[in-house]
Amino acid sequence: MSEAAPVVEMTDISVEFPGVKALDDVHFRMFPGEVHALMGENGAGKSTLIKALTGVYPIDAGTIVVAGSERRFRGTADAEEAGIATVYQEVSLCPNLTIGENLMLGHEVRGPLGINWRATNAAAAEMLAKLGLEGLDPRKPLASISLGVQQLVAIARAMVIDPRVLVLDEPTSSLDANEVETLFAIMRRLRDQGVAILFVSHFLGQVFAISDRVTVLRNGRRVGEHLTRELDRATLISEMIGKDLELLESLGSASMEHAEEHPAEAFLVATGLGRKGSIDPTDVELPRGAVIGFAGLLGSGRTELARLLCGADKADAGRVSIKGEEVALSSPVAALGRRIAYSTENRRDEGTIGDLTVRENIILAVQAKRGWLRPLSRAEQDQIVDKYMKAFDIRPADPELLIKNLSGGNQQKVLLGRWLATDPELLILDEPTRGIDVGAKAEIQEAVVDLAQGGVTTVFISSELDEVVRLCERIIVLRDHQKIAEITNGPEVTTQTIIDVIADHGTDRDADPSAPTEATSS
Amino acid sequence: MSGRGSPQSLLRRALGRQLVWGIVAIAALLALSLSRDPGYLAISVNPANGNLVGNLLDILRAAAPLLMIAVGSCLVIATGGIDLSVGSVMVVSGAVSMEFLRIAADSTSPSPALTAVALALALSTALGVVNGVLVAFVGLQPFITTLVTLLAGRGLAKVITSGQNTTAINDPFRWIANGYVVGFPVVVLIAAIVVAVMAVVVRRTALGLMIESIGINAEASRLAGIRQRGLLITVYAISGVLAGVAGLFAVSSVMTVDVSRTGAQLEMDAILAVVIGGTSLAGGKFSIGGAVVGALLIATLDKTVVFLGVPSSATPAFKAVVIIILCLVQSDRIRGYVSTRRRVAARGRAVPVRLGLMADETKRERAS
Repeated sequence: MSEAAPVVEMTDISVEFPGVKALDDVHFRMFPGEVHALMGENGAGKSTLIKALTGVYPIDAGTIVVAGSERRFRGTADAEEAGIATVYQEVSLCPNLTIGENLMLGHEVRGPLGINWRATNAAAAEMLAKLGLEGLDPRKPLASISLGVQQLVAIARAMVIDPRVLVLDEPTSSLDANEVETLFAIMRRLRDQGVAILFVSHFLGQVFAISDRVTVLRNGRRVGEHLTRELDRATLISEMIGKDLELLESLGSASMEHAEEHPAEAFLVATGLGRKGSIDPTDVELPRGAVIGFAGLLGSGRTELARLLCGADKADAGRVSIKGEEVALSSPVAALGRRIAYSTENRRDEGTIGDLTVRENIILAVQAKRGWLRPLSRAEQDQIVDKYMKAFDIRPADPELLIKNLSGGNQQKVLLGRWLATDPELLILDEPTRGIDVGAKAEIQEAVVDLAQGGVTTVFISSELDEVVRLCERIIVLRDHQKIAEITNGPEVTTQTIIDVIADHGTDRDADPSAPTEATSS
Repeated sequence: MSGRGSPQSLLRRALGRQLVWGIVAIAALLALSLSRDPGYLAISVNPANGNLVGNLLDILRAAAPLLMIAVGSCLVIATGGIDLSVGSVMVVSGAVSMEFLRIAADSTSPSPALTAVALALALSTALGVVNGVLVAFVGLQPFITTLVTLLAGRGLAKVITSGQNTTAINDPFRWIANGYVVGFPVVVLIAAIVVAVMAVVVRRTALGLMIESIGINAEASRLAGIRQRGLLITVYAISGVLAGVAGLFAVSSVMTVDVSRTGAQLEMDAILAVVIGGTSLAGGKFSIGGAVVGALLIATLDKTVVFLGVPSSATPAFKAVVIIILCLVQSDRIRGYVSTRRRVAARGRAVPVRLGLMADETKRERAS
């Protein structure tokens, strides 16, 4: 790791999309022979930075220097030519071809009679051996090996062009512990050969285990670059999340006072609720009229747990009972029937129906509950729509506009109206304040407090921990697909408390991976 | 026909709706025929029986089967699917009714005709339900599912008639395609009623909203609690029963089912009609009115081709040219390109006539 000559130097990089500055004057550098972790929450600009580096997106400003010469990437081919190879999160290989064919696709060894398969397979075997994968037969079909090993083959494929820089975008998300170890062994081997590796992962433990240097992005800006050995978890997490203390201190006290009043009767109790690959078996108790926070970093299992509670995904383990009665939440229809509504974190893909009007979007869930044969009359629709457009001050105040033409904050308010119109007893809000302006954030937080006072149980999920601390009576902390703690909120609980829980748990997790700790303070 | 003289803003708003281009195309084709024969559009009363006759009525009569399947396809396409089986469902419907009437061998009484209709529609609905179940529950791609039904349907029709082109005689059944009520052809009246009923069902219940919702964003619709499976089966069943009606129209006019040609390749005309009407094959927003215009355009086109005496070998090419032109005119990209070119030209030459247009375009840009 010589500090003298970075192999990649990106200076003052800006990338803009219509209405959004995805990257804002970002500086990023990588040195040969290091594993460089890129960290940040959703929307921080990680993918955009990677795509700028690999030539997928053109940059609007700034310079990219690779190995001393300035480059202008017009496509992925240009980046590859500069020696930057990429392995994406989803394995992008052809399962019906052999391992060797996949590896050498486009780089087959040719003889006078076209492709010389014997030589091609030999070259593939050599490639695999370089990565310590001698055990793989290049003649076997790719589909015959596990997804984890396929990921390793994908890396071998990227190495065929002999790159200076290898970009690994969440390579570990579908791997088990052993496969992660193999992957890390390969990464160390490549690093020692002088390759610079860009590593993106949501698993903090992995980042600390493998990386030499960390760059943190937040809201399209670089907030820090550190040597991993000089960095502690708490600093990293607070850099990723940021602190946003200007908002609504009073709301916190309101919800806290409320917490004292309500009885501890449970609306929903889940025991051992889990789903393989997304959330380990978890116990959750949601008291009636309470605001419960799910805190944790992206990919910690907070959304996955919420999706089990609302029937969006089917649990494969555990039981759920509502008001003491055991129920099966096997679909959103079933959950809505039990008066559980879920507002997704992914507004565009799973929330709004873009080409329908605001009115249609608001009444949709109510109408779905009634079935298509019993349409809401226009007067009933207007009544519902009017109520929520006024309550949340949705602008522009025209219910006949297509929802896709509204701002993010107003879209979120429309969706909130859609779910409230179903008269839920449990409302799960997943990142309701993401990507919306400060004013709308405040309005949505206010709505949550009002709901709780009206007896609606609310689950509040947010990356912005101070929101969680301000609004929630109890906070369930998740990490690496596990519930690691449940904190009862009180005056001495701050965002730092949660950050510490997440960070500390990681350190002793390797020693004792089971048994979630119960941290209680109040 | 291009309407260059009319107020630009009104025209522009209208041109945003694709079905307007279909109407323009129909008018253009009729005008073309009119230029060959000034009496082309005349509708006269047959003094013998008081029935209306004329080329326009012939076009409507010929359009009736296509109207049925275009409306059905419109709904299926709006869900993001496609129904390739409508032509085959037509022949099944035709085959079962003809075969029943042949066996009944009763040329005058209405009851065998009613039974034949009921049988045909029941079987068509069943085929639609099969499509729906395969798509909704088994999760097969609509294209593959209905491709299979397309092949199987024609096979089923051949089994029903033992491979024969069955002919039957039954006057009440024949009346469907050849009868008149208050001067109008029965088949046109039935088609109009069915289209009207469908339009009401779709827009007065929440069916249309939910179809569009699924077609625009299936996952968001699922999370909103829409029962997609039931809805998909309903939509494919509607497409099936409408194709059955189309089959009845097709065979009752000649009282023969041609197992290899009845309904053959009509699925393509149906899809074209839907697309001409402004419904995207990607699903989502749909327009039944648009599908009707599309079906009428295709029927007009067929009639025009015959009237102009285009050699039968050149007919498909002629049709293709007209439809490609229409699709180009409807395409946003082409329209954007043309208007940019015009703006550039206008700026370059500063032709006074263009100024109104320019101001208008700038206004639109600012508004959007």
